[in-house]
Amino acid sequence: MTSTVDTSKPDLDQRRAELANRLDHLLPAGTLLTHAEELRPFECDALSAYRRQPLMVAMPKTVTEVQAVLRTCHDMDVPVVARGAGTGLSGGALPLEQGVLLNLSRMDQVLEVDVPNRLARVQPGVRNLHISDHVARHGLYYAPDPSSQIACSIGGNVAENAGGVHCLKYGLTVHNVASVAVVTIDGELIRLGGAGLDASGYDLLALIHGSEGLLAVIVEITVRLLPKPVHAQVAVGAFTRVDEAGDAVASIIASGILPAGLEMMDRGCIEAVNAFLDVGYPDCAGLVLCELDGTEAEVKSQIEAVSQILRDSGATEVTVSRTEEERLKLWSGRKAAFPAVGRLAPDYYCMDGTIPRRHLARVLNEIKILSERYGLSVVNVFHAGDGNMHPLILYDANMEGELERAEKLGGKILEACVEAGGTITGEHGVGIEKIDQMCVQFSTIELQQFHDLKAAFDPRGLLNPGKAVPTLARCAEFGAMHVHGGQLPFPDLERF
Amino acid sequence: MPDLELVGNHSDTDLTEPLQSAVCSAIAERQSLEIIGSGSKRFLGREPSGVRLGLAGHRGIIRYEPSELVLTARSGTPVDEIESELARHGQMMAFEPPRFGKGATLGGTMACNLSGPRRAFAGATRDFVLGTRLINGKGEVARFGGEVMKNVAGYDVSRLMAGAMGTLGLLLDVSLKVLPFPAIERSLIFELDEQGALLRMTRYAGRPLPISAAAWCAGVMYLRLSGSESGVAAACSDLGGDELPCDAASAFWDALREQQLTAFSGDGVLWRLSVPPATGPLSLDGEAIIDWGGALRWLRTDVDPVRIRQVADEAGGHAVAFRDGDRSGSIFQPMDKALTQLHRRVKDALDPHGLFNPGRMYAEL
Ligand SMILES: Cc1cc2nc3c(=O)[nH]c(=O)nc-3n(C[C@H](O)[C@H](O)[C@H](O)COP(=O)(O)OP(=O)(O)OC[C@H]3O[C@@H](n4cnc5c(N)ncnc54)[C@H](O)[C@@H]3O)c2cc1C
Repeated sequence: MTSTVDTSKPDLDQRRAELANRLDHLLPAGTLLTHAEELRPFECDALSAYRRQPLMVAMPKTVTEVQAVLRTCHDMDVPVVARGAGTGLSGGALPLEQGVLLNLSRMDQVLEVDVPNRLARVQPGVRNLHISDHVARHGLYYAPDPSSQIACSIGGNVAENAGGVHCLKYGLTVHNVASVAVVTIDGELIRLGGAGLDASGYDLLALIHGSEGLLAVIVEITVRLLPKPVHAQVAVGAFTRVDEAGDAVASIIASGILPAGLEMMDRGCIEAVNAFLDVGYPDCAGLVLCELDGTEAEVKSQIEAVSQILRDSGATEVTVSRTEEERLKLWSGRKAAFPAVGRLAPDYYCMDGTIPRRHLARVLNEIKILSERYGLSVVNVFHAGDGNMHPLILYDANMEGELERAEKLGGKILEACVEAGGTITGEHGVGIEKIDQMCVQFSTIELQQFHDLKAAFDPRGLLNPGKAVPTLARCAEFGAMHVHGGQLPFPDLERF
Repeated sequence: MPDLELVGNHSDTDLTEPLQSAVCSAIAERQSLEIIGSGSKRFLGREPSGVRLGLAGHRGIIRYEPSELVLTARSGTPVDEIESELARHGQMMAFEPPRFGKGATLGGTMACNLSGPRRAFAGATRDFVLGTRLINGKGEVARFGGEVMKNVAGYDVSRLMAGAMGTLGLLLDVSLKVLPFPAIERSLIFELDEQGALLRMTRYAGRPLPISAAAWCAGVMYLRLSGSESGVAAACSDLGGDELPCDAASAFWDALREQQLTAFSGDGVLWRLSVPPATGPLSLDGEAIIDWGGALRWLRTDVDPVRIRQVADEAGGHAVAFRDGDRSGSIFQPMDKALTQLHRRVKDALDPHGLFNPGRMYAEL
């Protein structure tokens, strides 16, 4: 899968000149960036520890331009990395030195809103939140709400199958997209899905979700819209023990209530948030936030039931929002969790393992032990309703060796998640970051199956090579890495 | 190679190994296979071919954790068995899979991706798939996805299996997200013509109402509301209409789901048209049954298939000759060249020898 292009400096310059020469004719002026200083902003996504300059950046505005770029790259055997807003947390949009970074953020138009069918046809660079804003006057919204929704692009959401606080009830991106148009590496435009509730043929629409730019470039998305719930309330329960909080989550689910959001924070996170803004969360070991939405009558009866469950599970304090203002205030702490934690240490590293909920207490305990062993603090905030954990490892990149330790600790946490019957990534994707842990979660047969599927779309392996699915050779070496402990066997791969 | 129906000695039997060796022998003998559960959906798709490999013996619920909302079962497990186990814990497969006959299995349900009336409001089979274990066309056992709600490690191969009509792999077990039964369900009826019903359904769908099914048949629109007692009561008084007694209501929704309403029978082909829900009455002769809030139209008719596919296509949907069509021709809506080639390559990636259910879905696959 790796490109055979020689990447020594003079060769790269020549390659850049040749390719730029061809692309210049195909793209409008100003949409092809080749100078080092113009390329700098595109060196990384939100996993900024990994950086690399692309050969050049192409910023198409139309589907035809995307097709032209891909056709040319295919022709010249140049790899292509698609990029949306660059908010990815796993290095999925990390450029390749010898490759084109295809920046789709200029394709940012809402093309059509079909109110009767509750669909919006949009370009890939449209920001997630912009869709809901755009259709709000029809009483509709787009449900998946990643915390990065002000910034992240809908194309990136599809490529990562992004989730959000409300996906327990309303589903992930894959459940809320009716169709996409994609361009394959040879420049072919293909439509997947349809305007009804299903389409003929294989569910390639599902396959594109979470494909991290390895199968095709997404150039248009038709999302499903939902009517805005008329009413929402949140109940917040404080617990003196984290396992009690975990049990409360399980009891809420088992009671037959399906909350719109069900989130949890541990002490480290609560303290960070309280210090960061005036939300006044109680001082406790675990906090559960449970949101109910629907009609007023529906919410009223369920919020009472949830409050009772929280109390029965041992909550020392239960707060229920009485007004929309109070609701937003109670959520503000959860929403600010990442920036708040960001003040605890110079750097933090966000993990994304997902586990069966019943193992929550066990895995949290393992994280605690690992955190002590590696000498780095970990605070926890998670989408408890669906078992998606976000342990945040605190470290200081300027301290000798801390980066490596953080990375190793992260790897161990993910392995603990797999062992508990879970997965290394619930929503942030594998990218370059978790590529070694893929070897832990999948067998050689399964990884080979992924490569075969990739080849069905992209036989020459030009789209985002080296991401998401490790080569079998890499896994063999990763196994060796465990044996030799401590040695980093990939000198060609930039580490923190 | 003779037809093979592997039998377990009880309702909890893992036949992975014998199934794997059957697949490997088939590869060695260059013999294609017809994968069959109970046969309840054998009428669907193009003419089956190949030696029959029965999976009904590979059965049993492997894990079910009500507080996780996750159930994992072997593909030969009867849907009825799963539903009654779920019901004991107040839960359900929210996509209301139609059985279409005795013994319908989980594997067949998944392979056909068929879903009942709740589909438009809760999601289809494919939406509830969390993971699968399967035998691919090289005779290898592989697991994709898992038993957690969110999982983006690797391509979503398990969801790809939903609706592939068994042409991409032999499903061994399936993990599903399940949901709690609503506390209460009430059904309302309204006398309306087709056009009126479609307009009404579209209007309601744009409002945050606790609707869990919306159908129209023979001049009557049926609405089902699900949720908490007070929430449903509030919606009922808001919407008006006449309330169906509980028994009559569940009889209707069951008959719709299992295609036992009289309008499903008759002469001609039973067409299934999947279209954007707000599409007006189709310009085709014959009276449709409408489900999924307008997104699904069933029609018994002799109209030329070309014309039917054109109507579906123009509406932005697709048509399937669901029952009594020409099974040597096209059953599913034909695809364009680029998409067909991509399908061909995906098929090759999973089933390079063309072992599983050849031609059952499309002649080329
Ligand atoms: C503070 C913060 C909070 C976050 N919270 C969440 C959260 O709650 N839930 C969640 O799921 N994620 C979250 N994320 C992660 C991130 O926002 C999502 O993964 C998002 O979907 C990425 O979108 P993007 O447009 O930024 O994509 P990018 O980062 O630009 O790209 C991500 C991947 O998608 C590919 N890609 C992008 N666009 C296309 C396209 N058009 N066609 C093909 N491939 C493409 C890229 O090659 C890359 O592999 C968070 C990130 C941050 C920084």
